[in-house]
Amino acid sequence: MAADEVLFELFHSEIVAFLYRTTDKEDQDQCIAKLESLGFRVGQSLVERFTKDCSRFKDDLDIMKFICKDFWNSVFKKQIDNLRTNHQGVYVLQDNRFRFLTQISNGKQFMDAAPKYLAMACGIIKVLLLNWCKFVVKAEVVQCPLVNSKFRYKGLDKTNQKVLRTKHCDYLSVNALLF
Amino acid sequence: MSRQASRASDPRKVNGELFTLTYGALVAQLLRDFEDDEEVNKQLEKMGYNIGVRLIEDFLARSNSGRCNDFRETADVISKMAFKMYLGITPVVSNWSAAGDEFSLLIENNPLIDFVELPDGHNALNYSNLLCGVLKGALEMVQMEVDVKFVQDQLKGDSVTELRLKFVKRLEDAVPVGED
Repeated sequence: MAADEVLFELFHSEIVAFLYRTTDKEDQDQCIAKLESLGFRVGQSLVERFTKDCSRFKDDLDIMKFICKDFWNSVFKKQIDNLRTNHQGVYVLQDNRFRFLTQISNGKQFMDAAPKYLAMACGIIKVLLLNWCKFVVKAEVVQCPLVNSKFRYKGLDKTNQKVLRTKHCDYLSVNALLF
Repeated sequence: MSRQASRASDPRKVNGELFTLTYGALVAQLLRDFEDDEEVNKQLEKMGYNIGVRLIEDFLARSNSGRCNDFRETADVISKMAFKMYLGITPVVSNWSAAGDEFSLLIENNPLIDFVELPDGHNALNYSNLLCGVLKGALEMVQMEVDVKFVQDQLKGDSVTELRLKFVKRLEDAVPVGED
């Protein structure tokens, strides 16, 4: 692992620890939402960096390919290990060694803690997809550090209301509308 | 194909930006939560401290550098190896005090402040205070208590960002209670 990657990973885990450290017990369920909103902010800026100087995506498969290769490589330092689709708009991306979970021990023991480390990444991905297309995103930790991200392509949304759900967060469309 | 080629952004560049952007989002969040610049400075330093105490281990493992014989050597290692390794910059070591226990790190291109502008009314905020915490935490793990402060900040209109490091004392490992 390159040195600057280590710095970012320590930084990320400190952000998670800090948020939990500074909130009262009653408000702790808001922490995931805060982490996601941090991810939204980061993602919004990243979208511009990524898609500067390049042409529009042809279709949803094109977007998926970009996410699996270029995006995942830049942000998570590796490509997606497995991409599955039912050819009806649902895609499942599998990462066998999710960057922010590699330091957590293998197995089911710390599964409760794992979602905290996904929240920010989810936020980034959601904003990216929000900007390009209508996708519903769900992330799931199968077993540390294996993560499945499920993307359902909703196509053009007639009501113009963006709905994003995550398994671990209640912050739904309110956050999406912030951007 | 030209379309594929134009889409691929430079991954290293994006990685550096990811850190900068995340740091910016964090500081913005802290300002919303705490509202007081001094409190935000404290929190950033604390976070930096926690990062520093872990980062030093990674640094020592990677750099294989031995013990520093004096504070001057420490300064060189910090600027030429540590900053280079983790942030890709080499600050200049200067303004040594007469006793040799204080020096400045002059940073011209602080990566944390890319794309950042301080809004009015936040003059007390030390935006890059995380760096102070990291240095303090890391040096404490190698038995040095060092005070790190911002003297100049490019975000506040200065020409260079200056960190002042002052050696306070050597730390001894505490003997556990009950043992001699």
